Amino acid sequence: MSKVLASLRYSAEHEWVDASTPTKVGITQVAADALGDVVYVDLPEVGDAITAGETCGEVESTKSVSDLYAPVTGTILEINQEAIDNPAILNEDPYGAGWLFTVEVTAEGPLLSAADYASANGGDVA
Amino acid sequence: MSDPKKTSLHGKHAELGASFTDFGGWDMPLKYASELAEHKAVRATAGLFDLSHMGEVWVQGPEAAKFLNSALAGNLAVMKVGRAKYSVICNEAGGIIDDLITYRRGEEKFLVVPNAGNAPVVAAALAERAAGFDVTVTDASDETSLIAVQGPASVAILHELVDEATRGHVSDMKYYSADDATVAGFDVLLARTGYTGEDGFELYLPNEQAPALWDALMTAGANHGLVPAGLACRDSLRLEAGMPLYGNELSLEGNPFEANLGPIVSFKKEEDFVGRAALEAIKAEGPRKVLVGLKGLGRRAGRGGYPVSIDGTQIGAVTSGQPSPTLGFPVALAYVEPAHAAVGTKVDVDLRGKPEAFEVVALPFYTRAK
Repeated sequence: MSKVLASLRYSAEHEWVDASTPTKVGITQVAADALGDVVYVDLPEVGDAITAGETCGEVESTKSVSDLYAPVTGTILEINQEAIDNPAILNEDPYGAGWLFTVEVTAEGPLLSAADYASANGGDVA
Repeated sequence: MSDPKKTSLHGKHAELGASFTDFGGWDMPLKYASELAEHKAVRATAGLFDLSHMGEVWVQGPEAAKFLNSALAGNLAVMKVGRAKYSVICNEAGGIIDDLITYRRGEEKFLVVPNAGNAPVVAAALAERAAGFDVTVTDASDETSLIAVQGPASVAILHELVDEATRGHVSDMKYYSADDATVAGFDVLLARTGYTGEDGFELYLPNEQAPALWDALMTAGANHGLVPAGLACRDSLRLEAGMPLYGNELSLEGNPFEANLGPIVSFKKEEDFVGRAALEAIKAEGPRKVLVGLKGLGRRAGRGGYPVSIDGTQIGAVTSGQPSPTLGFPVALAYVEPAHAAVGTKVDVDLRGKPEAFEVVALPFYTRAK
């Protein structure tokens, strides 16, 4: 069963955001498991403005391609080069080393608690 | 839609923690852990596949060979007992109903193996075409399981499960041959065939015995790097090996000549087989599109349905594509206009609005070291 961390909040499109400032964003283990082995990650660039609910990149696995949706509105401060160079870390450690970018948030999109995300998508809250 | 069918090994897959997918009306293991790791294991050591969703149709009788020559596009009558042959079954228009492996098990006895989703249609077509021939067509798909051991360690794994006298025979079996054998105490049809581009075997046996044989193979394979392998890696393995998949590269709308399967269509045989007239016309006219291999020059993979273009003009479309785990670059199969099918032709694949550079390359993408 995929893990859903109690300390994070989630978008319906399977991104997680943490509680820090600036806010760190990644994809959930539920999403990573469903995608299969991730082989390519296309991220916004530092300084880009992203808008909650709109696409801001792509995650490609051996089997498919999925859009990455911005869970929040704001400006990209930092991107995780390691995720681009070694996309397998999205499968290995989606809530840790596999983070995608940090955002200076001006507005949040609709975000779910761990319990609500897990009940909608499966997964064990840990 | 009715619920997908389950093979006799479904419980084994669930115990192993497989993710399942509906394939051809069957609830099949997609992967057990990482499809990349499973793919690499088949190339380096071995993988164990449940292929029990495939069909098994027996054709028997004095006119079995003559009948198959009239029902299928290939020349099955010239095949020796103990050998296997890849063929297609076409409709009157030359469209492909399915691609098949046919094993000759006796002078008057053949086993035809269609794809899972097509098995009922193929069984029905064979039964219909058998009218007037002295043959019986028996669909044994529901009673028969199929387990494949694929990869360079396959011979070593089977050696652990056969008696001393059979070991040499297992080693010496030719590719595309088959024989009755006793493996782990079970009487199976042991075939040196596969869909991965590696050495390997396919074992046919009754459903009731399949779980015990699966366990025996898993145990024997433990010291040889054998891992259970799902349909996700089966797809990436066959793609690297340049093998077509029905529904992607092969269809009723297509024909064997477009799919580079012209050589397996026999116009020399005397029988008037279903689709012959249409296929002769198609061959004479030349195909309107050709199946080619594409190598990605960047990192992004083309996927089924993505347009292929040159200078912004569409010349074809991808039918299968993904990053090649073995080769390290994206590979794809695509139908393109014959004028743009030459090896070395530079094309763009439209990746959801972004053109990515690809090049036509010779097939297969991957060939195992002999």
